[in-house]
Amino acid sequence: MRRERRGAVQPDGPPPAPRLKGRTSADLPAENSIPVRSEADIVFARQKGRELAAALGFRSTDLTLIATAISELARNIVLYARRGRIVVKGIERNGGRGIMVVARDDGPGIPNVAQALQSGFSTSGGLGLGLPGVRRLTDEFDIVSAVGRGTIVTVKKWLR
Amino acid sequence: MGVPILKQGYYLIATIQTALTDTDLQGLRDGLIAQIGRYRARGVIIDITALDVMDSFAVRTVQDIAQMGRLRGAETVIVGVQPEVALSMVELGLTLAGVNTALDLEEGLILLDERTKRASKGGEARAP
Repeated sequence: MRRERRGAVQPDGPPPAPRLKGRTSADLPAENSIPVRSEADIVFARQKGRELAAALGFRSTDLTLIATAISELARNIVLYARRGRIVVKGIERNGGRGIMVVARDDGPGIPNVAQALQSGFSTSGGLGLGLPGVRRLTDEFDIVSAVGRGTIVTVKKWLR
Repeated sequence: MGVPILKQGYYLIATIQTALTDTDLQGLRDGLIAQIGRYRARGVIIDITALDVMDSFAVRTVQDIAQMGRLRGAETVIVGVQPEVALSMVELGLTLAGVNTALDLEEGLILLDERTKRASKGGEARAP
């Protein structure tokens, strides 16, 4: 996990070089990194994500979808890893804007990621719709998990 | 942050006024289930108009309240599901199956009156 911790989403890391003409990444609202250690942080993280998404120009419906996805991701951290971090960040690609949410923890990891992505699978007594649901709520979904080292889920949603 | 529970006749009305943590939701569940007995309530309305997010935990807790309430003899109606919350719930596959829903508090009271009618003697279900 230590290697990934120095990844591009780290708030004090070097900013990515702006590649787009006209708009630069400086126009984007600042990213927000929220520690997640308790269930109160779940509510806080989704509120901060909603705020950033609103600043990026997302409409009410998408704000709720984004907040719900963050809520599920943050709950996974509290349930399975006890502590971790949610980073929300404005992103740009091909002139389009979006929001990226990265949920990372140093927890036990997921032994079978494919299984965890199936509807109905859960080991915590939840409804088992966490990760598949998050995938449906967002445009892009990526998960990296290593047993004993942790999990990083990255989702993106683009402005339409 | 607790959710105020109002007693009106044979009904309990819980109006969620802010974002709730998991503990808040469980407190609401336990409070409602206890008060069904204390006030001999026949119906419960949970107004979620102000809830920012209905994620899997919130939906499961609401389903638990409805099922536990039914076992205690009370019908539960969820009112105030906002359009964007409805969309996110459908995307999550959380349909609140088996739980009564109504558009708002007024419709919820009408639904409860219909559902609890047989419990009354003179046709008027609601207590004065």
